[in-house]
Amino acid sequence: MPGAQERILRRRINSVKATKKITRAMELIAASRVVRAQQRANAARPYARQITKVIEDLAAGGASVDHPLLREAESVQRVAYVVLSSDRGLAGAYNSSVIRAAERELQANQLEGIDYELITIGRKAEGYFKFRNYRIAAAYDGISDKPTYEDARVIAEQITAMFERGEVHKVILAYTEFISLASQKVAVRTFLPLAPEGTISEAGSAGALAAYEFEPSPEAVLTDLLPRYVEARLFAALLDAAASEHANRQRAMKSATDNADDMIIKLSRQLNRARQDAITTEIMEIVAGAEGLKEDQGDEEDLLLDRLEPIHLFPRHEEDQRHSPPGHV
Amino acid sequence: MTLQVELVSPEGILYEGEAQMVICRTVEGGDIAFLTGHVPFVGSLAVGLVKIIEANDQTNLLAVHRGFVSVANDRVTILSDVAELAGSIDVARAEAAKARAEEALQASSEDDDARAALRRADVRLLAARS
Repeated sequence: MPGAQERILRRRINSVKATKKITRAMELIAASRVVRAQQRANAARPYARQITKVIEDLAAGGASVDHPLLREAESVQRVAYVVLSSDRGLAGAYNSSVIRAAERELQANQLEGIDYELITIGRKAEGYFKFRNYRIAAAYDGISDKPTYEDARVIAEQITAMFERGEVHKVILAYTEFISLASQKVAVRTFLPLAPEGTISEAGSAGALAAYEFEPSPEAVLTDLLPRYVEARLFAALLDAAASEHANRQRAMKSATDNADDMIIKLSRQLNRARQDAITTEIMEIVAGAEGLKEDQGDEEDLLLDRLEPIHLFPRHEEDQRHSPPGHV
Repeated sequence: MTLQVELVSPEGILYEGEAQMVICRTVEGGDIAFLTGHVPFVGSLAVGLVKIIEANDQTNLLAVHRGFVSVANDRVTILSDVAELAGSIDVARAEAAKARAEEALQASSEDDDARAALRRADVRLLAARS
């Protein structure tokens, strides 16, 4: 029956159009969120910079650098991996690339006999590792696309506690660094023990460049300061990851929308061709039907044209013939 | 000569400006005031008020729940992950928090969390009302 293919194509075009509306909307939402996320990441920078500076000042002031968070373990037997992923998908390769990077690192270390603890942030990482029967020490969700400082504080506290209790000897953070709108890079970095830009370790040599006064004491300030520093670093990573997530989603949804456009054009062409085919088939059928009818009525040589005399077609032609003078014909 | 004052939180810069004096409270329990020419100083801040007195004698109050102050070369930098400008404090919420903390304290006077919460609520109200 003609039109069946047409109907199927029309239905597909409508479904692609509906999908395109969704991807377009998601693209626009992601675009507005990425701007906000970027602003938040930028707003958090002065704090991180200042806190680093205070640590530098402390180092310059000759504070003792013996703090649990700065102490490197003699032998690393267990490493905690903190993986920052998103709660929702449709963000291109965003989740899979950061998860894979963390998994690679984990497996490489496992080959060397180093045990692991996993802390996942975002439902995607949790799902991935759970499905593959990894042991998950802690999983957080519902924070990744709009992290607050409070979230960072809670997670940092847990990580710090694990590290200070000696349950893990190292903490590695896997997240996506936001470089620009067009470029985000997966980063797998050592998070603890802290090595704040190498300044702390040079504390002694820097001597008393500036004669800082400390209240209550350099050590007490450092003890107060380092946990804040850990939180600020985690918060910065969370904000970077959130901005990257939105940027990735925007890009993924943009190409989905573009693909939908291409697909609509292609399907429309197919539809037009199918319609033309259907019309051609219909005409052929009518002609064939007419021929069939005619064959039923007359002999083989009795074509429709043969039965039509010019007289029937042009009645006046006969009259003209009758009145015309002889010899003229 | 004025002090360059900056109050930074992880959410952004809360205050930036010039001032003739900055007063804050350190964990030792005393207030400390900074004027121009102060020696380089780093201190931990207690839950308390930070008072920034600008050149035209206008006073800015902030409630700071913990943080650090760093002073060097006439620059005062206050770092705090929980800080609020007096103008942006929700008085009703602070009062509710105060009532809650007092209740918890009555239940058990050993509750350190509640004591800290009460102190924070008090500081908020103090900043908002003065």
